[in-house]
Amino acid sequence: MTAILDPAARLAQRAYDIRLSADVLVIGGGPAGQWAALTAARAGASVVVAEKGYTGTAGPLSSAVSGIYYIKPDDPIHRTGMVTARMPLAFGLADEAWLERTLDQSYANLDAMARWGYQWPVNELGQQYRARLRGPDVLMFLRKQLVKSRVRLLDHSPALELLVSDGVAAGATGVNRQTGETWSVRAGAVVLATGGTAFLSGVAGTRGNTGDGYLFAAEAGAEFSGMEFSSQYAPAPHGGVLSRGAHLEYATLFDNDGNEITRGRKTVEAIEKTGAAWAILDKAKDEATRAMLRKTHAHIFLHLDRLGIDPFTERYRIDFRLEGTIRAVGGLAIDDELSTTVPGLFAAGDIATKEKVVGAGPPGGGPATAWAFASGSWSGEAAARFAKRLGPLANDRPVRQTGATGLHAASARKSDVTIADVTASVQAEMIPFERNYWRDGSQLSDSLVRFGAEWAAIGAGTLTGETATARDAARDLMRSREAAAMLATARWINASALERTETRGLHRRSDFPDLDPAQEHHLISGGLDKVWVQRRAATNGARALAS
Amino acid sequence: MIELVVDDLCIACDICVRVCPTDVFDAVPGGAPVIARKDDCHTCMACELHCPADALYVSPRSAADPTATLEAVRASGVLGSYQRSLGWKRGAPAGTADDPGVLLAFNRAPNPNDKVRMQLYNISQRNYIDVDVAGGSDGS
Repeated sequence: MTAILDPAARLAQRAYDIRLSADVLVIGGGPAGQWAALTAARAGASVVVAEKGYTGTAGPLSSAVSGIYYIKPDDPIHRTGMVTARMPLAFGLADEAWLERTLDQSYANLDAMARWGYQWPVNELGQQYRARLRGPDVLMFLRKQLVKSRVRLLDHSPALELLVSDGVAAGATGVNRQTGETWSVRAGAVVLATGGTAFLSGVAGTRGNTGDGYLFAAEAGAEFSGMEFSSQYAPAPHGGVLSRGAHLEYATLFDNDGNEITRGRKTVEAIEKTGAAWAILDKAKDEATRAMLRKTHAHIFLHLDRLGIDPFTERYRIDFRLEGTIRAVGGLAIDDELSTTVPGLFAAGDIATKEKVVGAGPPGGGPATAWAFASGSWSGEAAARFAKRLGPLANDRPVRQTGATGLHAASARKSDVTIADVTASVQAEMIPFERNYWRDGSQLSDSLVRFGAEWAAIGAGTLTGETATARDAARDLMRSREAAAMLATARWINASALERTETRGLHRRSDFPDLDPAQEHHLISGGLDKVWVQRRAATNGARALAS
Repeated sequence: MIELVVDDLCIACDICVRVCPTDVFDAVPGGAPVIARKDDCHTCMACELHCPADALYVSPRSAADPTATLEAVRASGVLGSYQRSLGWKRGAPAGTADDPGVLLAFNRAPNPNDKVRMQLYNISQRNYIDVDVAGGSDGS
């Protein structure tokens, strides 16, 4: 492999094949990134979206139908009802004002989609229903709006690191994995919308979700909050990959001994105690209801059909599969404008902590999608404003490349550790239901020691071997950074999980199975070579509980 | 995971190469794309949905699917079934107006003992809205 082919070397030399300049760079083209870009563009900013995959099909929403908040601002019964139903589920860590803010922005975005011509479901009275989104339709619709708004879309263009000017985010570099080209985008502000991570658990639509943005942000100095609220599992048919629960409204569930059980925690207990759980959609008795379910949850039935399962007449086995921080809670710590602790660096969607809206969780798909829409808009608006304040010379600022672990030339490697080694080590700890659904203090401690040693062993060098073409080298460099990102994310999660000696929401400790009222606080974390965790008071938790 | 590109149905438009969010396919000049990185497939089925020729088959299994042979898949009539189920036409969306899940006829109250679900159900009727002009667009 020559230096000319090697994208790691080309990035280090700032030999960018594509050089772009914009007011706002959005990294990640799922729903949060799409709304960030649309909102920034409509505020007058020039915008680039860099997406690892393809904006319009990327992210878990592309194979999902999701609920979303659609609550008219002048309907106090609906709003108050939603707030009073959701707040007790937040375990004291949410802020009512943030939930209401999310309701309002979600409504505004759905109304904007209506103005732009989106075709909503209609009932038999001719009334529209805007509280549910069919993922593939919505994501492609929003892509069209981005094109109309003259947003520059870079597809198949994984970012690999942030550019920073004197502590302020100023752009990013990356590669095009289909051409092998290197790129840099200089920008007045950057929005990270790279989603959560399921640690490549295989759940449908999550291959791109490797926590890249968490790593970039931490390298620039950002902090996290609530990373322990990340043990999100969802039911999938045995042998399949689509983790969805909506259709189970129509199911009767059984443990492995044939005893009837209820949804949720009882299903989890059934798997733990009897080895498996089973479902049959026998509450959909008539053909009309079955046809309705088939059409309304087309993705779920597509998968069941192709697995050879007739869910209406036969009991089928369900597994709980890891979604991790996807539609969970923990993520980058943010202020009221969705700014991270790094100036000029904003966060939207699953990568940002949702604690202020859903507390310790679980939020489910509906709140997570509303959060993606709302936080996308807020971050895009704030990023456009930040860039405007910097003025026209923003992209003349001198910048520093911040990427380190797993990014540089192979000569910087400290050991023979491979992408497969790192990935396998992280997955063994983070994915298994029997290990991570209920966490154990001594296992968490052990994992942190092992992860720390692995992190030190990677060093700055890429984890890749030699490749024949620039395209393959670009793909391998992306994979090297993905492995580093997953390892770093696992460390923030497990360090936070070790610190929280109780069970609350999406964090469960087998050695501390009860909620501890004294731990109604947030856990802030960060650091790369040395991972740290600190407590921070939940200033709004008490008010939320009292209401 | 992606299992098949049916060469004689494929029109070599390379849309799947472009829209696959995990970059599974490689384009082949003048021919059907090849599955070059199968292990990266995350079974979102976007390639099938966007294929204007119904020339792709994605298995729902988490591991490689030995039952998905060309003969079996063609004989089963499964090609294009994802598009048909969503009402897409030749790889393009056609709106979600006919989603029957919003029909009032199918509204079911949850278990009355589940207070949170009951409360959410009771307010869910308020999600329906009257619109003056259905499907209107001001293009803004």
